[in-house]
Parts: sequence; structure tokens; C-alpha cells
Amino acid sequence: MEDKDYPNAHKKILASIQYPQIGEAGKTGTWRTMRPLIHEDKCIVVKTGTHNCHLCWLYCPEGVVSRTIPPTIDYDYCKGCGICANECPHDAIERMEEGGAKACPA
Amino acid sequence: MFKPVKIMDLPEEEMILPGTRLCPSCAPQLAYRFILKALGPKTIVTVPASCMTVVHGMQGATPVKVPVLNTTFETVAASASGIVASLKNLGKDKEVTVLAIAGDGGTVDIGIQGLSGAAERNTDMIYCCYDNEAYMNTGIQRSGSTPFGAITTTTPINGKLEHKKNMGMIMEAHGLSYIATACASYPQDLYAKFVKAKEMKGQGLRYIHVLAPCPPGWGFDNKLTIEIGRLAVKTGFWPMYEIIHGKMELSKESKRLVDPTKRKPLEEYLTPQRRFRKLNPSQLQEIKKYVNDTWETINKRVSC
Ligand SMILES: Cc1ncc(C[n+]2csc(CCOP(=O)(O)OP(=O)(O)O)c2C)c(N)n1
Ligand code: SF4
Ligand code: SF4
Ligand SMILES: [Mg+2]
Repeated sequence: MEDKDYPNAHKKILASIQYPQIGEAGKTGTWRTMRPLIHEDKCIVVKTGTHNCHLCWLYCPEGVVSRTIPPTIDYDYCKGCGICANECPHDAIERMEEGGAKACPA
Repeated sequence: MFKPVKIMDLPEEEMILPGTRLCPSCAPQLAYRFILKALGPKTIVTVPASCMTVVHGMQGATPVKVPVLNTTFETVAASASGIVASLKNLGKDKEVTVLAIAGDGGTVDIGIQGLSGAAERNTDMIYCCYDNEAYMNTGIQRSGSTPFGAITTTTPINGKLEHKKNMGMIMEAHGLSYIATACASYPQDLYAKFVKAKEMKGQGLRYIHVLAPCPPGWGFDNKLTIEIGRLAVKTGFWPMYEIIHGKMELSKESKRLVDPTKRKPLEEYLTPQRRFRKLNPSQLQEIKKYVNDTWETINKRVSC
């Protein structure tokens, strides 16, 4: 969205105007030093085929983990904080050094 | 009381688009994520200078999908009052929720006169203080909400000498219809409280105080944000309750803590945080006493 979508906004608002946009701070995935990796063989929603967990979706401050089966992570914006790995009750999320030999390709 | 909310019952749509400029693992961002899920698209937010301003982005773009007004540090409640007045003027006050969301500095210190005025007028808004227990956006200065013993850049030697202001009780003295405390580590509880505050539209100012851990300000590893908030609750340091028309009710996570033996040792909460690294035994004793006193007051209220 931009100014042209709100043709009269400038007449009503005497201040700078901002419009919703993904990646406002850029690709914040580049901030990451540790990459969370979901091991589907250990994830309980994959194993049971039911939506009976999704704690990784719940606790992610950035909202980049999906509430799907299997859960997926948007690596373009995941900042790598590690909350998901720490909170997963089934140890299904491993953290790997970004760019290291062990890291998997993007 | 409300029924526990299931994860699958929470709205899936994100009101904050990813790629914000807040720190990784920011609990205020997590809290805001669920606040906006609870309030929905028909919400107008107003926010004073704080880390919460930062989430709304720089020139031209913002990650947040609802209309937001950035305002000056001391004026969030006044600006919310103005928004409510103009909505009334437009005949839209019944359908739109107005949320004033400010940090602890913007609430318990510089913003308190505006908040007290709005509470006295009982203006129809939700006021949320997200409490990261210091002025974080400007580099960790102590606020009236910083706990006793915490090291900040303005309390570098012995830690803070005073306890946290009890904002829930200050707001209760204004005779509000709804007051609640919550914690970012319990998103479902937090969500339910904001849904309730939204449903109480027309009943004046509803006040919710959310404890929200800040990894750089408190000094703990990013991955521990949820755990630290949980420990604040489980040790009894942060009691979660609602006060509805003057009646206090403890929230599910805090209910059992009326029994002191059910509280986790306070050290489990304090030791992982570098801001408490200089605590000496007598300071630790003082914090324990503070927690016990807090609970004695609560116990008297909920048992009668
Ligand atoms: C009148 C005024 N004084 C000082 C400042 C500088 N300032 C901007 S944000 C901030 C700290 C806000 O602290 P808090 O409300 O706790 O929010 P947090 O940054 O911790 O999220 C300060 C002191 C200002 N913007 N306006
Ligand atoms: S927290 Fe772990 S088990 Fe639960 S959905 Fe996420 S990856 Fe699967
Ligand atoms: S300083 Fe603390 S409150 Fe501010 S953005 Fe960073 S984690 Fe969030
Ligand atoms: Mg603060």
C-alpha cells in the first residue's frame, strides 16, 4: 500500500504517514547467528497428524513459525532467538550455527 | 474467570508483519502480537516514545496493520482520550476499540498524570502498560517500575533502592471497571484478558499491566524469554489477577500460589538475570519479604 491508495489521507493527517509492509526493517533473517531446524520425525503434530501442540507458533515473538502440519519457519525474517527450540516439549527443534559446515542450505 | 483458550482457537492472522526492527526475542513484541489478535482490525492504537514506537517502523512503512498514532512520551492517555472523543463525534465509538499502549516509563512515571486524568474521566479505552521494568529504548535507565536490587545504567552500584510501584492498586483507587495483570509468557491468558477488556466496551477505562521480559535490559540469553516470564509468575514475584468491578480474582497460573510452599524459590527467577548479579543476602531477603507482603495483601482480599 502507498499514498495513492489513500488519496485524501494527507488532507486529514498533518503528520508523516506509514503504510503496512512486510520486512519493514529489511530481511531480518540476516541478523541470525543460529538457525532453528525442525526435525519432522520428532515433531508431535507431524507424528500424530493433529494440531495438538504448536507451541513454537505460540511463542515466536516475530510470528514466523506457521501453525501448519508440518510447522515451517520463514527464514527470511526469523531472527534466530531460539525461543522455539527452547520451548518445544519434544526437542524437535535443533539450533545450528548459521553458515557453518553443519548448516543446511537455505 | 474465563475458559482457558486453546492454541487452535487463537486467530491465525498476524496483525504485525514479520521483519520488525525490535530485538530478537522481545517479549513486548510477543505481547503486542496477541493483544492485536485479541482486539482485531477495528482498533486504533496510540503509542508514546518507547520500544513500542520502534516496532511501528521508520518513515513510509510499518509492520502493523491497524491504524496507529505515534505520540509524545507523556501524552498517550490524553491522545487516546482525543481519539475517543473524535470517534464519538463521528458516531463510530461503538464499533472501534481504542488502545493506548505504553511502556513502564510512559505509564508509571511520566505518563501517570495523563493516565490518572483519563481514569478519572473514565474515558472508554483500553490502557495497556507493557512492563519491561526500565527505560529500555534509551539504554536501560531505572523507572518507577524497576524492581528493588536491579542494576540499570542509572543504578549501577547497589542496584535500585526502591521497590516497584504497585500500579494495579494505584489504578484500582480510580474505581475502574476492569484491571488485570498478565505476562507475555502466558499468551492465552493475556489474549483472554484483552478479549474481556474489549467486550467491556462502554464501561470506561480498562487497565491491563503486562510483565514483558527484555533480554538485553534484564541480561539473559535470548532463548530464555518465555522461561524468565514464567518464573516471575511461578515464584510469586508477579501475581496475575483480574479486578472486575472491585472484586479480585487470581488467574489460573497464580491461584495456587496463595500457599507459599507452592511458590518456586525466588532465586530461580533472579539468578539467571545479570541485572541482579550484585544482590547481597540482605537485598535478597528484602525481595523475599516484598513478595511475601504482596501475597499477604492478596490473600486477605481473595479469601474474604
Ligand atoms: C519528554 C521526553 N523525555 C524523554 C524522552 C526520551 N525517551 C524516549 S523513549 C524513553 C524510554 C521509554 O521507556 P518506557 O516507557 O519504559 O518504554 P521502553 O523503551 O522500556 O519500551 C525515553 C526516556 C522523550 N522521548 N520525551
Ligand atoms: S513445539 Fe515442537 S512438537 Fe510442538 S509443533 Fe513445534 S516443533 Fe512440533
Ligand atoms: S530493548 Fe528490550 S523491550 Fe526494547 S526492543 Fe529490545 S528486547 Fe524489546
Ligand atoms: Mg520500559
